[in-house]
Amino acid sequence: MNHEKIEKNVGLLAVLTAVAISFGGFVEIVPLMSEQAKTQPAAGMKTRTPLEVAGRDIYIREGCYNCHSQMVRSLAEEVLRYGPAAQAAESVWDHPFQWGSKRTGPDLSRVGGRYSDDWHRIHLMNPRDVVPESNMPGYPWLAEQALDGADVQAEMRALSRVGVPFSEADIAAAPQAVAGKTRLEALIAFLQSLKAPVPPAAASTQGDAS
Amino acid sequence: MSGLDLVWHWTVIVITVASIVGALWLLFANARGKPGEADTGHVWDDDLREYNNPLPRWWLNLFVITIVFGVGYFALYPGLGNFAGRLGWTSQQQMQQSLDGYRAQRDHQFAAFHERDVATLAGDPAARAAGRSVFLNNCAGCHGADAKGALGFPNLTDKDWLYGGTPEAIVASVTFGRNGTMPPFNGAIDAATVKALVRYVGHWNDPALDAATREQAQKQFAITCAACHGPDGHGNPALGSANLTDDIWLHGGSSERIRETILFGRKSAMPAHEKILTADEIKVVSAYVYSLSQNGTQP
Repeated sequence: MNHEKIEKNVGLLAVLTAVAISFGGFVEIVPLMSEQAKTQPAAGMKTRTPLEVAGRDIYIREGCYNCHSQMVRSLAEEVLRYGPAAQAAESVWDHPFQWGSKRTGPDLSRVGGRYSDDWHRIHLMNPRDVVPESNMPGYPWLAEQALDGADVQAEMRALSRVGVPFSEADIAAAPQAVAGKTRLEALIAFLQSLKAPVPPAAASTQGDAS
Repeated sequence: MSGLDLVWHWTVIVITVASIVGALWLLFANARGKPGEADTGHVWDDDLREYNNPLPRWWLNLFVITIVFGVGYFALYPGLGNFAGRLGWTSQQQMQQSLDGYRAQRDHQFAAFHERDVATLAGDPAARAAGRSVFLNNCAGCHGADAKGALGFPNLTDKDWLYGGTPEAIVASVTFGRNGTMPPFNGAIDAATVKALVRYVGHWNDPALDAATREQAQKQFAITCAACHGPDGHGNPALGSANLTDDIWLHGGSSERIRETILFGRKSAMPAHEKILTADEIKVVSAYVYSLSQNGTQP
């Protein structure tokens, strides 16, 4: 056996180790990049409105993903609690995706329509006003911060460059669409938009991810 | 499942199988050689030598077992490209089975409630318990775990109902949701009149209120408020307009809060639950809510 060569040469050992490991990654990760179910948007998906785009930005800025996931795992318990299980195709327009990795608070990917806008406003200002046992921090400053239309427009342009199909008209109208809105309103609009995509024709049965 | 295209399908299979074969080869290549045959030439502390021995048998066999497990796994479960595995197992299917199980269990539990109406169910402790668990999972976020509400979210345990407290009205509220709008009157009413209105509305029939203020407020009330709240201020469940003559204030009864309500309006929304809950769940949770406002039946 001539494993001495490898064992006595750290550089070679490192390179060969990397090669050995990369086979696993190559087989598990790379094929998904060409698989249609993972790269094409799910049926019924709509691009976000400018206000929702801005809200998503706040969501990321405030680190909501640190405590909230946006991925319902394909487990019956989660489907019963949150709604239809997540599909990879739902996230193709999300740069970066907001799956998260930890739930201090609940999953949010199906929260749209579950509460009223007013509930969200009160809850984001001071969560304990509506949920006494909540340990979520309040975000009252969002109500005082206005959105910058040019920023939102620039972000939409950047997103469209990486494949989100905003139309030119959408982008052109963005500053007007967010004029006079606060960051709080944007975040609420984003939260209300988080729903399972409904395929246009299919009368989908609730909770059944096909 | 759409799966991988053919090139990737075979690439994955070839690499995976080659890795397994490679691992086997590595194991058996290292299994040869006799113990004590040669040393690596390393010597420590004068006489400690490192022998170039093969792996112990039992240890080697552990590796062989992992490979056997791997081959068995690939035969039974998905993993080799698009090959679905002999068991045909998918995580979707597992989830669906488990969901079907839960739903059958729920349907079985709810079958007892299916034929009965909300008012009867409200008198049944089992139905109330089932309704309470639906309530805690879906309603408590706004109305509170005790159903007593919060500022802006109605208390469900009293007898004051914006949209009616009959079983039918409660079922309708849960199923289709409600949208309450109080329009803003900022600018439409002059400041002095707003002040009079706040004073008048906040303490309905307060004998201490002077006649001039009362008259000013009543005049304005008839013009802007009576259409929804009624000429006598008792509200209208068909519109969801509040009764202003009692001591229950959804958006706060302080002069400051009432002033805000008149100037800037209020919007409140109860989300529709027809797509979130089943018809039986709606019935049972309505029965629970209905029971809360009936005397002496609180669990």
